[in-house]
Amino acid sequence: MVKKILAKAYISIMLLFMYAPLIVLAIFSFTNTQNIGTWNGFSFELYHLMFKNKDIMESLYNTLMVAIVSSVVSTILGTLGAIGIFYSGRKVKKSMEAISQIPVLNAEIVTALSLTILFVFVGVEFNFITLLIGHVVLTIPFVVLSVTPKLKQMDPSIYEAALDLGATPNTALWKVIVPEIIPGVFSGFILAITLSLDDYIITAFTRNNSFQTLSTYVYGATARKGALPPALRALSTIIFVVILIVLIIVNARTKNNNGIRKEQI
Amino acid sequence: MSRIRFSRKQLTLPYALFLLFFVVFPLLLIVYYAFTDNNGKLTLNNFVSFFSDNTKLSVLLISALIGFGNTALCLLFGYPVAMILSNKQYNNSKVIVMLFAMPMWINFVLRIAATRDLLYWIGINGGEYPYLATMIGMVYNYLPFTILPLYTTMLKMDKSLIEASYDLGANKRQTFVKTIIPMTMPGVISAATMVFMPTMSSFVISDVMGENKIQLIGNTIQLNFDQGQWHSGSLIALIMLIIIGVTMLLTKNVQSQEDIRGSLW
Repeated sequence: MVKKILAKAYISIMLLFMYAPLIVLAIFSFTNTQNIGTWNGFSFELYHLMFKNKDIMESLYNTLMVAIVSSVVSTILGTLGAIGIFYSGRKVKKSMEAISQIPVLNAEIVTALSLTILFVFVGVEFNFITLLIGHVVLTIPFVVLSVTPKLKQMDPSIYEAALDLGATPNTALWKVIVPEIIPGVFSGFILAITLSLDDYIITAFTRNNSFQTLSTYVYGATARKGALPPALRALSTIIFVVILIVLIIVNARTKNNNGIRKEQI
Repeated sequence: MSRIRFSRKQLTLPYALFLLFFVVFPLLLIVYYAFTDNNGKLTLNNFVSFFSDNTKLSVLLISALIGFGNTALCLLFGYPVAMILSNKQYNNSKVIVMLFAMPMWINFVLRIAATRDLLYWIGINGGEYPYLATMIGMVYNYLPFTILPLYTTMLKMDKSLIEASYDLGANKRQTFVKTIIPMTMPGVISAATMVFMPTMSSFVISDVMGENKIQLIGNTIQLNFDQGQWHSGSLIALIMLIIIGVTMLLTKNVQSQEDIRGSLW
């Protein structure tokens, strides 16, 4: 009993530690003071300020654009790659799997610098495409890593069966293999999106300096400048709430699915 | 004469080319730049000037110390959390596990800035206490990355071995040291690799939390990037690549030892 209380207390303290900054920011997003810690009456002024701020809105839009486009590219290229690797010979398989691991194991700043040097070496200007390439490098291994287990779980005879029944390899790929691995493709895509949204280092090294994402905007507004600009307290709170809602929905859905599965069994 | 048939193996090609251009080639460029000067002449100067520069060596040392310190603290705080969460007596819900993972979804720069503002409010400002503030920021950021691998390893752990240990007369401490810790070692190692190198190479946390008073390897690379010093930046990146390679080899050995022990059973 005492142990149980101690365990609960420890978990609560750790959760408090993890969430204190975000909660404090959320509380002080409803007052219009310059710094947290001082209260000047309840108001939604910071939310107004945030939505009126063109730089913040533009950086949000840019962040989403980069995340969606790079994740789509990563998902297509990575899924095809994973299928190809899975059906390749032992040697190709081994070496491709090893190379796929490099961006995962490497320090992000080394990856970022190596890409910068590549673009300088080739002599291209930093633009949206270089930034996209950076994000695809960052996210593509995770697509491959989440698709590959699904390929391994797949029953190999169903592809053969499709061929025996007269399907061309192309049709068999689309109608048999892809539907089998689609959950892995989807989770790879989601993982790619979250990694891209969160990224700072690769973005800072491969973007054009006039192009701001949320990370670079916040960094520019806060590093070596003291406190966060007040409007960003509102932004942080909105992001916090949105992610909380998304996670609750996802959690509820997986619970439902499990329930359905259990009933079927 | 058969037509050239479309093969599943060929799907690897675009992915392989992408990795070749944007992962392998840039790393080779890092090696090339590390051993050349601005005129493209082969030289060991970057190497010599790094290892004869005491400030740069002390940056390397401080980065390693902060890396070790953060890994140790994260394991110290995270291990009990993972144990409690994976123990059915104390916790039956996935929701609390999700709560520990959720901060990873919120923009990293925003989270760090929020932590800095909160610490500032309670009197720990990075200007006066750069090391304390930086360490708190590091633990805050990397704790979820420690808890999750530990948690998944502990879920898979064979609980009957713990009972066996008690049955064979071991007390709680002996069971913990001789049974539980060795069984969770793979989780400890993957947690440590997820914390150590990223800590050494991070520059955002030290920049924001330590108010530019602490230089880590990451900060040095970023400075080189800002000033366009590709050659000395590449040398540091190369050193980091070597450190990563060595830790990979070491942890691989530990893991294969685990396999050997596992296969003995």
